[in-house]
Amino acid sequence: MSRETMLNAIRRGLRRGRLPEDQAEMLRARLARHPRHLIPARSRLPRAEQIELFLRNVEKEFGTVDRVAGPAAIPAAVADYLAGQNLPSELVAAPHPQLQAIPWSERPMLQLREGRAEASTLVSLQQAYAAIAETGTLVLPSDPTRPTTINLLAETEIVVLSASRVVGAYEEAWDLLRAESHDELTGGFMPRNVMLVTGPSRSADIEQTLELGAHGPRRLHVVLVDDDASAGQAA
Amino acid sequence: MLATSPAFKQNARRALSDAGLQKALAISKTQFLQRRARAVAAMPEFERLREIGRDIKNHTLTNLDFYLEAWAEKVERAGGQVHWCETADEARAAVLRICEDAGARTVTKGKSMISEELGINEHLERHGITPVETDLGEYILQLRDEPPSHIIAPAFHLNREDWEASFRKSHTDLAADRVFHERRDILTEARSRLRERFLLADVGITGANFLIAETGSSVIVTNEGNGDLTQTLPRVHIVLASIEKMVPTLEDATNMLRLLARSATGQDFSVYTTFSTGVRRQGDLDGPEAYHVVLLDNGRSAMLGTEFQDMLRCIRCAACMNHCPVYGVVGGHAYGWVYPGPMGSVLTPSLIGVDQAGQLPNASTFCGKCESVCPVKIPLPGLMRHWREREFERHLTPSTVRVNLGLWAWFARRPSLYRGATRVAAALLGLMGRRRGRFARLPFAGGWTGGRDLPAPEGDTFFARYARRQRAASR
Ligand code: SF4
Repeated sequence: MSRETMLNAIRRGLRRGRLPEDQAEMLRARLARHPRHLIPARSRLPRAEQIELFLRNVEKEFGTVDRVAGPAAIPAAVADYLAGQNLPSELVAAPHPQLQAIPWSERPMLQLREGRAEASTLVSLQQAYAAIAETGTLVLPSDPTRPTTINLLAETEIVVLSASRVVGAYEEAWDLLRAESHDELTGGFMPRNVMLVTGPSRSADIEQTLELGAHGPRRLHVVLVDDDASAGQAA
Repeated sequence: MLATSPAFKQNARRALSDAGLQKALAISKTQFLQRRARAVAAMPEFERLREIGRDIKNHTLTNLDFYLEAWAEKVERAGGQVHWCETADEARAAVLRICEDAGARTVTKGKSMISEELGINEHLERHGITPVETDLGEYILQLRDEPPSHIIAPAFHLNREDWEASFRKSHTDLAADRVFHERRDILTEARSRLRERFLLADVGITGANFLIAETGSSVIVTNEGNGDLTQTLPRVHIVLASIEKMVPTLEDATNMLRLLARSATGQDFSVYTTFSTGVRRQGDLDGPEAYHVVLLDNGRSAMLGTEFQDMLRCIRCAACMNHCPVYGVVGGHAYGWVYPGPMGSVLTPSLIGVDQAGQLPNASTFCGKCESVCPVKIPLPGLMRHWREREFERHLTPSTVRVNLGLWAWFARRPSLYRGATRVAAALLGLMGRRRGRFARLPFAGGWTGGRDLPAPEGDTFFARYARRQRAASR
């Protein structure tokens, strides 16, 4: 009963009844069209520069980046990163087909377990859905192949990202999801959970001074795979 | 806490002579101002984004009933449940019912101002359920049994020493030689303590920065990742959201997000901006099995169609308090209720009654800084003036029994606050009768005397001290 009472209280405040059908129809059309607003000029760049901007922004937000020529180079890049940080070579990996297709056996020292992350997980591996150059933001939607806990519980998260999936602005990432994603439960496109992740976890709650490593990963490492001919290659 | 709003001046006077608080305010304030200025300078389109943000919120508010219905339909389709709650009582009951149905013993919590407004923690505790705050700032306040003093930085009023002292007192198993020299040491201690709690919790409660009609999503914005752990690990996720959090589409939310972090912490984007839509899907390896939104009105619909409708655009970024000269010297607790600073001075009288919070709209120098930084262009000084005029016209008498009873009830549910407030009330009595006029010596005197309803000054008032500080600072 509360529902109608609340809606009526709102209508009373707005000094009208239920919206007339023609107006409701216009609002439904706006929802369906979801018009874009101003997109800041900073990300309106040629592809190669857009990718550069993304990488710069990740580093600005205290993430680290590595750029490799193709999937075959990922195992070595991951192994080197872990060794360089003095981290163990055990990883919990999202059960994503793109991660599964990587020739891990070339680095037998790396031990991968597939699944969701647990509280004891030290290093996790995720496959990014897309990334946003504007602020160096990774787009990590949930589905059976991309568990959310992979982004949350590990001390160190490594994210593999295809260069072709870097877009300029958030709006472009929403349109990718709208075009590519299908949610069985709702019939819509929105996955249960979409995390936009910009750098490693931090807190400024102590004297308003930034300190890395709050509840989420202390380190966020992006391995960018050059698969986009239009975007230039790693040097 | 609530009943101390009427004693704003006394609270403020105490705050001015609290050395620890003054130190914390001085450090924190400059941090916020510099960071926001840098972030805004790096976004040449910022002014245009503000105008768009204002227009999006105005459009949504004008059609709020439509968008709420559209949103609720999407939530339900995603396996979620919406609990429509007109009052704080209904919302508390809804939260408790969900927790009890889930057989919950412990509940983890992300930062939520609605939770403060409802007094959820006290309510759960009284029914044998343990709430655990997981935002670092909220966690320390829970250990200290204090309310937040800022809407995005709840422990704004504390110094590093205070953190260490609270940990030593509450974490009794800490080794005596354990050091907390660095902020990092404090962070590590909190992280490891809270990890255990995250894993045990049966229910996770978060707030929402936005609700999206297009997709039926709730959005949270955090830097720590505590909100995400809170809504991902337990079986049940409860979202506490008030009706004005609504925006129509992802594009609308995106414009608001471009404004939020820059205005709040001066970041280009917060670390975690997360969109939650319903329950765990088939085949998912994690995520909650149940998703509830407790949708709260609690006085907001009554602001629609009035001059205070503009206030419902607020996205709780805290820029107005960070830039407020009054907040900057008295801190958040002096405002006496959940929402401090300029936004609190406008919102609090709307939500708890002008007879309780009528002093707050006077807590302004009318310098206009708040309005000039507000990302959704809320005319805060103008709205404070409206309250002053209304208060004058009503010739306030302490006869609004209903609100007072409501206040008493709110308050009685929070024993520690109740004790604090009776202390303040006693101090207040002791101060009555000491009266001295000092208004001619105030800065911005034109702004002050423009308000016909300015109460007679009492003793060595906050305003007088404020004036002295201003003079000292400008020498
Ligand atoms: S009133 Fe404006 S500046 Fe203040 S918290 Fe709300 S949105 Fe931010």
